[in-house]
Amino acid sequence: MKKNRLMLILALLLAAVMVLGACGTSNGDDNDQDTNDTDTEQTEGAGDDTEDKADFSLAMVTDEGGVDDRSFNQSAWEGIQAFGAEHGLERNAGYDYAQSDNAADFLPNLNLLVQQDYDLIFGVGFALKDAIEEVAGNFPETNFGIIDEVAEGDNVASITFAEEQGSFLVGVAAALKTETNQVGFIGGVESELIKRFETGFYAGVKAVDPNIEVRVDYAESFSDDAMGRSIANNMYSNGIDVIYHAAGGVGLGVFSEARNRVENDPDANVWVIGVDRDQYEEGQQGDHNVTLTSMVKRVDVAVQEVAAMQLAGNFPGGEQIVFGLEDDAIAVADTNTEAFTDEIAAAVQEWQQKILNGEIVIPQTDDELEEYLESLN
Amino acid sequence: MQFIELLQSIMPMVLFYSAPLIFTALGGVFSERSGVVNIGLEGLMVMGAFSSIVFNLTFAETFGSLTPWLALLVGAIVAGVFSIMHAVAAVTFHANQVVSGVAINMMAVGLGIFLIHDWYGKGQTDSITQPFYTRSIPILSDIPIIGEMFFSGSYYTSYIAIIFAILSWFVIYKTSFGLRLRSVGEHPMAADTNGISVTRIRYIAVILSGLLAGLGGATYALTISLSFGGSTISGQGFMALAAVIFGKWHPLGAMGAAIFFGFAQALSVAGRNLPFLANVPNVYLVIAPYVLTILALAGFIGRAEAPKANGEPYIKGSR
Repeated sequence: MKKNRLMLILALLLAAVMVLGACGTSNGDDNDQDTNDTDTEQTEGAGDDTEDKADFSLAMVTDEGGVDDRSFNQSAWEGIQAFGAEHGLERNAGYDYAQSDNAADFLPNLNLLVQQDYDLIFGVGFALKDAIEEVAGNFPETNFGIIDEVAEGDNVASITFAEEQGSFLVGVAAALKTETNQVGFIGGVESELIKRFETGFYAGVKAVDPNIEVRVDYAESFSDDAMGRSIANNMYSNGIDVIYHAAGGVGLGVFSEARNRVENDPDANVWVIGVDRDQYEEGQQGDHNVTLTSMVKRVDVAVQEVAAMQLAGNFPGGEQIVFGLEDDAIAVADTNTEAFTDEIAAAVQEWQQKILNGEIVIPQTDDELEEYLESLN
Repeated sequence: MQFIELLQSIMPMVLFYSAPLIFTALGGVFSERSGVVNIGLEGLMVMGAFSSIVFNLTFAETFGSLTPWLALLVGAIVAGVFSIMHAVAAVTFHANQVVSGVAINMMAVGLGIFLIHDWYGKGQTDSITQPFYTRSIPILSDIPIIGEMFFSGSYYTSYIAIIFAILSWFVIYKTSFGLRLRSVGEHPMAADTNGISVTRIRYIAVILSGLLAGLGGATYALTISLSFGGSTISGQGFMALAAVIFGKWHPLGAMGAAIFFGFAQALSVAGRNLPFLANVPNVYLVIAPYVLTILALAGFIGRAEAPKANGEPYIKGSR
């Protein structure tokens, strides 16, 4: 009996370890290096032609997702590569990345890059905030950038995105697409960041038609796809026909539920709105695609912008820069032309113009949302 | 009446959520009944999920709608082969079974992701084009109430899981192989004296657990996640392990426990929509399944008695 208990405790401990470990085990560096080396060889040739070599180097530290996570880290890395190619830099001698397999890697990775004399080092993801603050304090000569979080320090630029703008626009699209006048939002874990997605979406839907119901659910996870599937099933069963997810891996479950419904009933009117990047591929079901649109966050654009600022000698240290529609860092995907009709596209365009003109300010918190909703009446 | 409607709406969810857990828990029952602790269930599920997704992506065009079934088979076989490692370490070399199981877990995730990187050049595969779809069973789904509840909008794999549980019960309790399996797990020396090869039985049991856990992982991948990445299987293997203990090492008990987990999870999602739960903060509903599990483990089922020789390597001639 005693042994059983011990076993159970061990099992639970191991479960915790495995769950945490599974969050970010991307151990393909070697292979990565190979493919990237060939990339840089090509850019090398291009660089020689332009003779425009900048005396500047930049690098990034990934979070647990790894550099090829088809999301954030990958986008940031693509931005750095593009910047490098543009300015004749070479990998390892002008730009590079350091892969973090878990949170314990953040500090060593940052320190390593500082010692290699990189001028500008990005930390990708809110998880790196503490590590960036610590290292930035120790090395005031080096500049740092953090994505999706605001960090302290005169040599740290905080890069955030106006997710509420993009979410507002996909909310408009959802409101125009729904036939049942019910739409849903699935968030990962409730936080200031995800709240912006929620309030933006809510406001966008209500801006088109205040009578449309918006149901908000949180999965309390960013990776539990079974949970996403369950919530989506429940939402669709209750008459909701468009779901916007801001929940990372949980969203995969939403896509599989929508695809399953379309397979069983080709006339089923169910749609998913993707997040962070264009999730068109995830929605493909036979000849049909359930991805209405996606709220695209261009981390690569932001990274290039900040690098260019430093190169021009005006690094925004100690400031928070919000990238939004006006920087083309937030966009609405229009890949699925069949579902995302010209009519919807035109309406989205119209609202986008209003946002750009400053005619509407999109709520970012519950309180602001309440005010906004009152102003609609 | 409202209760029945609620049941009708969540039953398909319960079945789809439970199926992978049932398969895997059955694997755990076989292995532990023979006296080999199998913490590696999680890793075996990973192998099942990994190989079924790779197979599906590669052969979707060749086999068409037959692909998911073959992928299921491939997932089971690959995990079965993988589990031989555990058998060799734990049975032949008398290694600590917990350590060997943990090694399986770590190796499976690492290997899976490494190969995905190597073959596809990214950390996560694309979505498969030929997953399983929910189907309604003809005739049976026309039965009033029950038909709607159990026979429409579910995956075939869910029914297969339940059939497997009944089969496992039959094998373990009604066949001579089952008797040998149990005796090896309770008192290997006595079994050995009676001419039963402890090594052979334990090998078979561990490989069976690999096959079943592989089925579980493949089912999860082909019905729920539809792709493979580092976080595809995150904790389900350990849930299944808990179901084994919760179900008192009995196949039907393990199935019941797995369905209970699914039920609690589905209820926590559907519950958000019920008027009388509308004011309950979300977090309580989300933790409900785990609280229920702890309560059930602590209170309702009483003593969970493991097979006596569980976890102990059998060394011939030692006392």
